[in-house]
Amino acid sequence: MRSRLFLWVPLLPFAFFAGLAAFMLTQPKDEFVESTMIGQPLPAFALDPAFDGLPGASKADFTGKPKLLNVWASWCLPCIAEAPQLEALNRQGVEIIGIAIRDRPEDVANFLSKYGNPYTRIGSDKISEVQLAIGSSGVPETFVIDARGVIRYQKIGDIRPEDVPVLLAELEKAK
Amino acid sequence: MIPEIGLAALWLAAALAVLQMVSGAASLRAAPGEVNPLAIYARPAAIVQAFLAVLAFATLLYSFAVTDLSLKLVASNSHSMKPLIYKLTGTWGNHEGSMLLWVGVLAASGGLLSAFEKRLPDRTMGATLAVQGFVALGFYAFLLLASNPFERLPVAAAEGSGLNPLLQDIGLAIHPPTLYAGYVGLSVAFSLAMGALLTREVNPAFARVMRPWVLGAWVLLTLGITAGSYWAYYELGWGGWWFWDPVENASLMPWLAATALMHSVSVLAARDALRTWTIMLGVLAFSMSMLGTFLVRSGVLTSVHAFAVDPERGAFILGLLGIYIGGAFTIFALRAGAVAEGKRFAALSREGALVFNNVMLSAILAIVLLGTLYPLLTEAFDVRVSVGPPYFNPASAIFAIPMLLVMAVGPLLRWKSDKPARLQFELALIAALVIGVIALVSFFGQYPLLPLLGLGLAAALAVAAVLPLKGRKLTRVPVATWGMVIAHFGIAVSLFGMACEGAFSEERLAAVAVGGTEQIDDFKVTLDSVMPIAGPNWTAMQAQLSVSDNGAAPVILDPQARTFWSPPQSTSESALLTKWDGQLYAVIGNQAEDGRWQIRLWWKPFVTFIWYGGILVALGGVLAIAGRVRVDVKRRVASAKGARRRADVEALGAPAPVPAE
Repeated sequence: MRSRLFLWVPLLPFAFFAGLAAFMLTQPKDEFVESTMIGQPLPAFALDPAFDGLPGASKADFTGKPKLLNVWASWCLPCIAEAPQLEALNRQGVEIIGIAIRDRPEDVANFLSKYGNPYTRIGSDKISEVQLAIGSSGVPETFVIDARGVIRYQKIGDIRPEDVPVLLAELEKAK
Repeated sequence: MIPEIGLAALWLAAALAVLQMVSGAASLRAAPGEVNPLAIYARPAAIVQAFLAVLAFATLLYSFAVTDLSLKLVASNSHSMKPLIYKLTGTWGNHEGSMLLWVGVLAASGGLLSAFEKRLPDRTMGATLAVQGFVALGFYAFLLLASNPFERLPVAAAEGSGLNPLLQDIGLAIHPPTLYAGYVGLSVAFSLAMGALLTREVNPAFARVMRPWVLGAWVLLTLGITAGSYWAYYELGWGGWWFWDPVENASLMPWLAATALMHSVSVLAARDALRTWTIMLGVLAFSMSMLGTFLVRSGVLTSVHAFAVDPERGAFILGLLGIYIGGAFTIFALRAGAVAEGKRFAALSREGALVFNNVMLSAILAIVLLGTLYPLLTEAFDVRVSVGPPYFNPASAIFAIPMLLVMAVGPLLRWKSDKPARLQFELALIAALVIGVIALVSFFGQYPLLPLLGLGLAAALAVAAVLPLKGRKLTRVPVATWGMVIAHFGIAVSLFGMACEGAFSEERLAAVAVGGTEQIDDFKVTLDSVMPIAGPNWTAMQAQLSVSDNGAAPVILDPQARTFWSPPQSTSESALLTKWDGQLYAVIGNQAEDGRWQIRLWWKPFVTFIWYGGILVALGGVLAIAGRVRVDVKRRVASAKGARRRADVEALGAPAPVPAE
């Protein structure tokens, strides 16, 4: 007569797994990975103007009211796609400060004359130094910065029309 | 209108699954010698159900082909500007579509089983079809109630939002359907195992019915994993061929269980041993398929394959898993003790070697399962970890190395019992090859331990794989034996590729100006130019590299850094130069501020052997099926002939009315 207890062996790990998985499914799950920079103050930086038309950008510019920090480049195709949305935000009274990544002054000027200029300032980040310091890994990315210079929200990728109200709400929340 | 036909077909198929389940179960309640009137519906229900489920999938395929943007699924996963082939493959590049494919394959295999399998006793067949219907019903419910692929939008979308660019590749056209067919083909093995367990008909005849299904599913899984590995290798642009990602593991675990099952079912068919093992592995193999589906679809584990995450769907599938896997293992625990013990055998016999390797395969399966689920366990305590190659490689090697050694010897052993003295020459040859190759390779340089062992084992296994042919007339060797030889040889080939890749790969990461040259192995790689180019739905920076091998005429490679705009994402398209003895792998990265381009080059000797080996293993499986089916058909024809002759003799021998003169 064989012992029958060992026949239950396969069921046990499964029961353990099912219990664990059931527990984990009830746990709230982050829908996306948030940048660890959310809630952190901007690192200190001061960038030269990206072209002759506008002043450069520094941490000190983010005072007074919540503003958008837009990381972009003239060589970036999705940045063309998001230009109308930046214009729309600008029309709603949002102040947008740009950081141009690895760009040349003539290309920046050319891009702005073609696709519109929603910016009040554009700093030139030749070696992606500030970009990496604020936790951005690509272009375009857009950050909501509150009046105390703290990063409140990060939008990765180009701003679509449906993102405009989200950004406006985040700016409102940051007040 | 078309999507509504699909939806209606799906509901009807679900209703037929209920009929199949009830009718199949009714056959178990028939009085001895009689047929329950309800039982006759199970087979036709399964066949019609298969047609309906395939029809539902075909309508979804059509909706994707014409980009019907009033369907929510099409609008959120396709785009009118996509090439047609990627519109079609987009059908299963998303949650609902891939689940519909899953269910379609499930119903199709149930239909095939009921149409062509006539050998099983009626009661066992009825129980099998009841289980198959019960499984299908759960997944129909999941589709219809929680992930309806035919959901309409209130207003048709103006444009679709596109398909994940990584999935816009020909690899996606073949890799998931092949894997799914393999996963779900195992459902038949599961249903047969349950049917045999419920009717206590675990015997060689049952094993012969189960064997082609296990072999077929196993061949498809082998091909799917091989294709998936190659896809990850060239499409992700990281230069690796296996990442121990949860989704990869989800395909590996059913393969490990199916490999064990395939060997165990052969022992049962040939020797009437390993009855309980075969049933357990039959349940386990499909359980691993369902578990894999749960891990991928519920989002409890995050991976590079991160599909839409939805805890409610996860809970639904988990409930189904609880019913099917929990139920099956409970019935196994209650019933398997009542299955009569099979034939006994000595530890040193072919059966013994197969049992040993089945235990090793199960151990590797447990290692992979533990590593895959470990992050889930730690996350319950709010610790995020990721388990990678430093765990998986050595932990699975502990069991893989003895398994490979036994695999070299096993086919040489006799059934039932054997003596080591009989195999002195073969054992010495295998040992000499392992030790000799390791000593030879370590003489030439310092290499990591695992690849070194891999090279030694690969050499020994390649020779041992063909040893069973020694002293036999090659034309008279059964086709199925050829299958075994080729599959085992394929494992050796694949192992050789893995070990070479691990031991001898060279990597070069360099910033190169246009016109500059880099040297890797014997190759001179010159960056001729970097040009922007445009594809149907992407733009890219394309580098032109001219590669000269030892001064030979240069070959052009053009790796790309692609940017897709719907949805926006960038991918790295590697460029490969394939030689007989390896591949040169080139990837282009970003441009530095001084104008130089980041170029990443690998020389991977014999890396292609990994996939050649996989194809050989699958070919071995195909030969095994062909051989078994041929023998079966011959036997059936012969027994039919015999029956006819007996009938003729009886007719002749019977007192026939003598015509009056």
